[in-house]
Amino acid sequence: MYDVAIIGGGVVGGMLARMLSSYKLNICILEKENDVAMGASKANSAIVHAGFDAAPGTLKAKLNVKGSEMMEQTAKELGVKFKRNGSLVVGFNAADKKKIEELYARGIKNGVKELSILSMHALHEIEPNISPDAVCALYAPTGAIVCPYALTIAAIGNAMDNGADLRVHFEVTAIHETGASFAIISSNGDRINAKYVVNAAGINADAVAAMAGKTDIKIHPRRGEYVLLDKTCGGIISHTIFRTPSAMGKGILVTPTVDGNLLLGPTADNIEDKNDTATTADGLSTILAHCTETTKGIHARDTITSFCGLRAVGNTGDFIIQATTEHFINAAGIESPGLSASPAIAAYITEMLRDMGLELTKNENFNPIRKPAHRFREASVAEKNRMIMENRSFGRIICRCEGVSEGEIREAIRTNPPARDLDGVKRRTRAQMGRCQGGFCMPYIMEILSEELGVPYDSITKNGGNSKLMTGKTKEGCTI
Amino acid sequence: MTDLVIIGGGPAGMSAALAAYENGIRDILILERDERLGGILQQCIHNGFGLHRFGEELTGPEYAWRYEERVRELGIPLKLNTMVLDITEDKEITATNPTDGIFTIQTKSIILAMGCRERSRGALNIAGTRPAGVYSAGTAQKLVNMKGYMPGKKVVILGSGDIGLIMARRMSLEGAEVKAVCELMPYSGGLARNIEQCLHDFNIPLLLSHTVVQIHGKKRVEGVTIAKVDEKGKPIRETMQFIECDTLLLSVGLIPENELTKSAGVEMNPITNGADVTQNRETSIPGVFACGNVLHVHDLVDYVSEEAEIAGKNAALYIKGKLKNNVDIPITTDGKIRYTVPQRITEKKDTKVFFRVANVYEHAEIKVCSGNEVIFKTRKPKVAPGEMQCITLKAQQLENAKELNIDMEVL
Repeated sequence: MYDVAIIGGGVVGGMLARMLSSYKLNICILEKENDVAMGASKANSAIVHAGFDAAPGTLKAKLNVKGSEMMEQTAKELGVKFKRNGSLVVGFNAADKKKIEELYARGIKNGVKELSILSMHALHEIEPNISPDAVCALYAPTGAIVCPYALTIAAIGNAMDNGADLRVHFEVTAIHETGASFAIISSNGDRINAKYVVNAAGINADAVAAMAGKTDIKIHPRRGEYVLLDKTCGGIISHTIFRTPSAMGKGILVTPTVDGNLLLGPTADNIEDKNDTATTADGLSTILAHCTETTKGIHARDTITSFCGLRAVGNTGDFIIQATTEHFINAAGIESPGLSASPAIAAYITEMLRDMGLELTKNENFNPIRKPAHRFREASVAEKNRMIMENRSFGRIICRCEGVSEGEIREAIRTNPPARDLDGVKRRTRAQMGRCQGGFCMPYIMEILSEELGVPYDSITKNGGNSKLMTGKTKEGCTI
Repeated sequence: MTDLVIIGGGPAGMSAALAAYENGIRDILILERDERLGGILQQCIHNGFGLHRFGEELTGPEYAWRYEERVRELGIPLKLNTMVLDITEDKEITATNPTDGIFTIQTKSIILAMGCRERSRGALNIAGTRPAGVYSAGTAQKLVNMKGYMPGKKVVILGSGDIGLIMARRMSLEGAEVKAVCELMPYSGGLARNIEQCLHDFNIPLLLSHTVVQIHGKKRVEGVTIAKVDEKGKPIRETMQFIECDTLLLSVGLIPENELTKSAGVEMNPITNGADVTQNRETSIPGVFACGNVLHVHDLVDYVSEEAEIAGKNAALYIKGKLKNNVDIPITTDGKIRYTVPQRITEKKDTKVFFRVANVYEHAEIKVCSGNEVIFKTRKPKVAPGEMQCITLKAQQLENAKELNIDMEVL
């Protein structure tokens, strides 16, 4: 019997699991995929928003500002890269200028610190590659960037290190209230019991909410496509560049990533299919067209990959964090600024659980620190050599584009939450994330996965389920 | 202080090492990132290598062994599993391997022979899902030939570069069904003999002026949508068709791997994506040479070996202080010729100039001019982008040259 079951291994579920693991509680995270961070948490703008955007008084506004303040410390403890690079909302005309003034006023109301409006001259001074047509900007120095899937993986890993359980391939199909607890059933027929349940199922949060009783929650998928440019482009701009926002979101942005690439996107299309994460030719060309308007030096030829995420848009306009029945909390409609707010959402839900009667006793053994996933890469040469002498596999480079060693890949498979497939290795180590996109290293990573997991080479998948990479052996058969 | 460090132990690196050795250099070190010498030839088990150099048809591993055997006999020092991390303008090399950890070497001369990589799906911005089953042709070749595994059963290939053509045949021989090879351009970028032997002999359709516009399938590829393209390369919506397949192989171009070259501050050529070099294959940094696919993408390994020998020999001369650079004659081209290697001549001696054309031309006349004077003229019945061309300029033809322009006219 678990004290708390969290449905969904995204950033909200992960942050909550970590916070709850600092108390003496039995916690379980239920994830339907082969890995964590498989939904919106792996495909979003990777921005920690300053908090000027949401309407004052909403949960979005409150939790964004608070989450953004908590994020730096959280990222530091989890060993995740975080950079307070500042955000700019750029205006091109009088209408934009008016909107920027509104945003400024809203930001002040929301409690965002250090906001200012930049003149044309000041804007071009701090970002020389902004389009010469830009006339003003809202400047939020507290805006930041973080790697969203690294954050989620680290939060869940830290929760696991502190005793939480993770069940992957656990797609919740039914929830039964049985007196003082819940029985949660998976599509495979597995069952766990928990006294409290938190629904953090992202795009599927409405379906999960409905399993626990009557609900008004409706989640609508809104597609956002992105284009990622080579690291040679990472320095074109240093701040996150937003255009003046519209009803559909914050518009298409240009931002450096913590790993040194340049990220462009997202588009915003309301769609029906909650599984449709295909990119579209129109979307990709729209992104490039928009970004070349705001920023100089952006070229399609520098693209290394493109991807698509689905925002879980709720039906209230705000985050929906509420209890439907006793001991069951929905965290639904966590669209932007969900990543920014995630540490604060975790704190908010923890307090709700306490109010519902969950006993929160400090776990004296709780260790908030997780070994940084990229600690080898960021070490000094002397330190790296010490690590290589201790473990020779750190000296063998597998991914040449990103310079990832065999040792780092093996660690990713052995560290909580363990990588079980190619994409899992990619998100944890950056191997296959460089300019050749795994062309060289993929066969070697498969070999390491096969060895570490003790499974045949041709059973290795890209991301679980039917995503097997090989279809069989050659006529002569395999050599390994 | 080492005399010569060669980065890369593929065909270029090995040829360069042997040439430097034969020209009197003994203090040589080859750094190879793989666990074996031979580079990409290791996985090229088909034949057709060495016709020019050895007058016989060898497989890739056989061709590589001719050089490796000699490197081993001569005892030229090498480090395998060794990845070079950085090169400085002062020729200090930082590398890593499991035995030595991270180490640095100061050297008098460097030969860059790192080869090239394949362009990936991302660079093409193909829309659709991101399932398993999309591989570059070279990755598929490695999986089939080195690991013994099949990456798919029903295959569409995008791009008619040589590796794509070779893999069309290889996958067919292994029992896979290759449904089509789509080529964006109105002509193939591969060798004529490969189109014949790898596609026609296996009844695999080559769809010119076609591209893949969308990839389908959530977890594994379930099909692709292809379309004909107009003269500008834009897909024509009405011609879209779905092809059911479980695999998409990409053979859409090779990119010289010049990250180290750039970090050293070597001047680059925007067309070849390799360094700008002299006839000696010396880059803008004295004593740093480049050869093979890191310099420009070759179609035949025979030319790689030849080029690497030039680099190796001249690195030896450089180390001995005998390399002559007494003139500076830049070579420019017109639009029909995309690029030349070398890009400049620094000594008036017999010089082979390699070049690639921008399109398929028949009855072409190639003229080399120094100012208004035509110093060299030749005719070719047919030239194509997929086949590298070569002319030899004699020392006396260069006598009065200050700058050269290579020009092509279609007769």
